[in-house]
Amino acid sequence: MSSAVTRFAALLAVLSLWAAIAHGNARLGVVNPVLLPTPAEVVAVGVQSARDGELLRHVLTSLARVAQGFGLAAVAALGLGIVAGMCAPLRLMVEPVVEFVRPIPPLAFLPMFLVWFGLEEASKVAFIGYTTFFPMFVAIAASVLRADVMLLRAAASLGASRADLIRRVVLPASLPGIIVALRLGVGLALFVIVGAEFMGADAGLGHLIMEGRTFFNPAQIVMGALLLGLLGSLINALLLAAERRALRWRAAA
Amino acid sequence: MAGHTSRERGGLEGAAPAPSSKKGLEGAAAAPSNKKIQIRRVSKSFGAAGRTAPALVDIDLEVADREFVCLLGPSGCGKSTLLNIVAGFLAPSAGTVLVDGQAVTTPGADRGVVFQEYVLFPWLTVAGNVEFGLVLKGLAAAQRRAVVARYLDLVGLGAHAEKFPVQLSGGMKQRVAIARALANNPAIILMDEPFGALDAQTREVLQDELSRIQRLEHKTILFVTHSIREAVYLADRVVVMTSAPGRLKQVFPIKLPDLRDRFAPEFTQYESEITRVVKEEVAKVHP
Repeated sequence: MSSAVTRFAALLAVLSLWAAIAHGNARLGVVNPVLLPTPAEVVAVGVQSARDGELLRHVLTSLARVAQGFGLAAVAALGLGIVAGMCAPLRLMVEPVVEFVRPIPPLAFLPMFLVWFGLEEASKVAFIGYTTFFPMFVAIAASVLRADVMLLRAAASLGASRADLIRRVVLPASLPGIIVALRLGVGLALFVIVGAEFMGADAGLGHLIMEGRTFFNPAQIVMGALLLGLLGSLINALLLAAERRALRWRAAA
Repeated sequence: MAGHTSRERGGLEGAAPAPSSKKGLEGAAAAPSNKKIQIRRVSKSFGAAGRTAPALVDIDLEVADREFVCLLGPSGCGKSTLLNIVAGFLAPSAGTVLVDGQAVTTPGADRGVVFQEYVLFPWLTVAGNVEFGLVLKGLAAAQRRAVVARYLDLVGLGAHAEKFPVQLSGGMKQRVAIARALANNPAIILMDEPFGALDAQTREVLQDELSRIQRLEHKTILFVTHSIREAVYLADRVVVMTSAPGRLKQVFPIKLPDLRDRFAPEFTQYESEITRVVKEEVAKVHP
């Protein structure tokens, strides 16, 4: 309870600071007030956009792209991560490739995705999939690898086949790590969707922000950015709740 | 390396007249007997090729159906290694282990295992852990519930079925592990210092319970311990191993009633006799 109060107070403090600086600037005219929108102006732009129905269209477009790209990457990372975690020869082959590709900033490849997949949805979905796959794959393979060999022995002595071991031991034992990997992936997807929508998109939050730049409307840029932050927090809260439910055996003590 | 050694030994035995006692033993093994577990000239070395260290050398041991055998020895003598070979977790470097005449190559539901560190599935409740093997066998839910209830009652945990392992004490966890092994109804139970991590009081309580359970369930049990008292209290036969590399040193049949009294003179007699033999081995490690 008190921690919730502290969190709320911290957010309120940042908001107040922003309001104080923006309003102070508007009165004193240190920089052009258009460049430093107040909270009220940002909210006003948001409300206006929501009334038009534009805001919902942008949000849904971005979320759909994130869901598809992340979903595909998650399925692939889960399948390949479990196989790589359990099969040492495959891990030895895959590891150097992954370690080479992983440090390349995904945005460096964005132009290639536009060339390969065109300006439509496919390029955004593929780009998000590419961005999120590698870190999720590495994290999932690592958590599968960490599954306690003693648990596997215990299950084998109770008659578990190889398929039983994967389904009834490896998966539940690495579930905490898998959930962390999925949270990482969603966060990353929201991180790069904006970049993907800067180029060749006619909808989405990234496009909304780019439009704010084109029509010189800083309030709209800030509104788009804050909305992304809000969406990210909401999705993370949902995943945390799912994690607590799936891992309630850990908190039972 | 180990293979070479055993060939050499075989050659020597071929040249020299075989000791008669050995012959008699082999004759007994060949007959259709009630030998549940047959450990035949098992050796095990660890380490990379070229610089291996022997852990077990030429172990020959037979465990009869429904017999309770304790493996006793100084730490590092390879008694847990031997248990892991019988369980199918490790392959011997030489020799074979037969269960009901079939060579052991993998772990299996015919050999239940109870580990020192409990090794419960932390994401399953107590009941979920006990029914794990029954789910694998495809037993119907109603049957599973009945079996789980029976074995949880047997270990005195009937009231804790819905708890998770993190909520249990060490002694309770080991009771769950014992119930999990028993519920799967294996003919053999392998126990690797199962009470080694428990405090002295809990340890004796669980020894009492295991002794009571064995009088009801009649399993074939191979039990690793470094406690002489525990071995004399539980076993039909106590097998003392040498310090590393582990060989069989001496076998003590314990001729005491099933329900034992730790303070009876005969009990302490066995205890001091075995202690003397074990001390010889410990002295080799710490002179």
